Amino acid sequence: MAVFKNGTVLAGGKFVKADIRTEHGKIAEIGNIGGDGIDLNGLTVLPGLIDMHVHLREPGFERKEDIESGSRAAVRGGFTQVCCMPNTKPAVDNKVVVSYIKTRAREVGLCKIHPVGAITEGQEGKNLSAVGGMKSAGIVALSEDGKSVVNTKLMANAMLYAWDFGLKCLCHCEDASLVDGGVVNEGCSSTLAGLKGSIRAAEDIIIAREICLSESLGVPVHICHVSTYSGVQLIREAKARGVQVTAETCPHYFTLTDEIIRSFDANTKVNPPLREERDRLAIIAGLKDGTIDCIVTDHAPHHEDDKRVEYDLAAFGISGLETSFALSYTALVKSGELTLPELVQKMSKAPAQILGLDGGELAVGAPADFTAVDLDAQWTVDPAQFVSKGKNTPFAGRKVFGKIKLTVVDGDIKYEEKTL
Amino acid sequence: MLKHKDLTGLYGLAAEEIDGILREGADMKRLLKEGGKSLPYLRDRSATILFYENSTRTRSSFELAAKYMGAKVVNISSSSSSVQKGETLVDTGKTLDAMKNDFIIMRHPMGGAPALLGKTVKAHVVNAGDGMNEHPTQALLDMLTMRERFGSLEGLTVAILGDIRHSRVAKSNLFGLKKMGADVRLFAPRTLMPAGLDKMGATVCSSREEAVEGADVVMGLRIQLERQQGGNFPSLGEYAKFYGINEEVMKYAKKGALVMHPGPVNRGVELTSGLIDGETSRIEDQVLSGVAVRMAVLALMVREEG
Repeated sequence: MAVFKNGTVLAGGKFVKADIRTEHGKIAEIGNIGGDGIDLNGLTVLPGLIDMHVHLREPGFERKEDIESGSRAAVRGGFTQVCCMPNTKPAVDNKVVVSYIKTRAREVGLCKIHPVGAITEGQEGKNLSAVGGMKSAGIVALSEDGKSVVNTKLMANAMLYAWDFGLKCLCHCEDASLVDGGVVNEGCSSTLAGLKGSIRAAEDIIIAREICLSESLGVPVHICHVSTYSGVQLIREAKARGVQVTAETCPHYFTLTDEIIRSFDANTKVNPPLREERDRLAIIAGLKDGTIDCIVTDHAPHHEDDKRVEYDLAAFGISGLETSFALSYTALVKSGELTLPELVQKMSKAPAQILGLDGGELAVGAPADFTAVDLDAQWTVDPAQFVSKGKNTPFAGRKVFGKIKLTVVDGDIKYEEKTL
Repeated sequence: MLKHKDLTGLYGLAAEEIDGILREGADMKRLLKEGGKSLPYLRDRSATILFYENSTRTRSSFELAAKYMGAKVVNISSSSSSVQKGETLVDTGKTLDAMKNDFIIMRHPMGGAPALLGKTVKAHVVNAGDGMNEHPTQALLDMLTMRERFGSLEGLTVAILGDIRHSRVAKSNLFGLKKMGADVRLFAPRTLMPAGLDKMGATVCSSREEAVEGADVVMGLRIQLERQQGGNFPSLGEYAKFYGINEEVMKYAKKGALVMHPGPVNRGVELTSGLIDGETSRIEDQVLSGVAVRMAVLALMVREEG
């Protein structure tokens, strides 16, 4: 039993000055409790953030990240639950790998980790993975992350079969033949940098395909990391006619544009690529009107060696767990685009609902998963301070608001900012 | 006059820097014409020419430029495929630096590689072409050739036709010529025209005639056959017929307009043989300008060290 006192607690859509008492990992009471406890005066207490799209790299790429370092990064970022993508080595395509991840997550014991299974064996796009077996072992969704399933019939079957087990396909949308080796968005910036570009249609075509499949088959689908204005519009129109489609985006798509690729800094290389201002604005509009349901990081940690090479050769991805809340808060709430409860909803309750996870709200009886933030604290992103092994961020030196001070999972403090 | 350690492109150069290189290049060209092949400017210097792409003329041009000024020159050839295997560029750069190279002259198949190398090494990095990004000395030699004919680049109209999308030459020329006050018109099959060049100051044209109309200079760009997989155009024959520069097209240009090409030329594709060998062709003169501007760049880099 513990009491967290004097925080400004976001509960039931409102902020209340209250104490939180936890018991057996659940919230036992919210209110004026009194007595001793951990003082959260001046901090805003939010439901534990949930990131439904991260890469923890284990097993296979522990040089980039492992379940422990990734978990540390998660709780330092205010996340109490994350979903890890299956592009490990071996890929998450059978119950053994799922069980391994679940076991490691328990041993590390920092945040809740939900594996996502590969749609096809070895992510090779040929045979359906052991969906049922993986579901029994604990996957919460399927994804071919990093690419699309090329064969449309196979994708249709995957969506149908997955839904038999209550699983959704999380779709990375990329027509590889159209990308054709492109590493950045095609436009003025790619021409200026002389880097091979990829047009929006390379993403949009597969977004449209997955929407068509979902609509025809009558099963839900989730679109990953939307980056194009036209993709936002495809999803908006689909939702308007009742297609069961949900969508996510990442902080870099509503904070950055492709102008920064001219530096040839490989930390700006991400897939889908950073796009143009009209895309950035459309992503924000999509977040505001509900077209885009949630914000994820697509946390993609890499070793410095994978980035300190020619831009074409560098790995795609941004290490995002430790900057996500502050970037989102600064870009969306400080600027007046969203209210804080709206932002928090997109970073906790919405992903929980999409995947059917427990969590995302502070209420009596709910898991005692929460994070305490100093909203007024301004700080400068310094990758050297990251606890993630991946220091790859294009945000180094950026000033942001909102500092995570404390993260509690199942009633236990899993992160507390060191005061120097 | 050169305010940067490296020459990675013309995009970041000021007009006065370009002007300074062109002046120096004109002097070097005069010295070359007088038979000057043992100039003292790089007597105690060394240069490594590091090429990850095949090249004959650019490589030998740089090599002679350095040697005519007394530098010790080492050549390293590496295939494009070796970029992805073995040692990283950063490590290669550190090795070359440790050998006390004063210059690393690099051609590389990927945009931005010279910028990455330049950040790593103490040596001056000279970009001899990086992917689809820039080929600054080619544009400088083109500008020197034009300036010698017209006296100034200010107000000139330069038409560039060909595979603009894959052309670092077109981009370096665009950046350099705009800074020097020239107008640049571009024409290519739509499949070979990248986005956004109009925003960089070029006039993107919709026909050969529109591009060439009243031009002082007409430049063809090499169709790189190895880059034409995937249906950018149906055949070389069709390219020549609908996009090539021929005598009919040249009628739209100013009388006496220069015909230029960075070489090597596919005869009868980008340009007809009649134009290549014609009176206003500057294709051979471009080659001599190339040695001269490369000498100028290397000499200025040393002079700036003080």
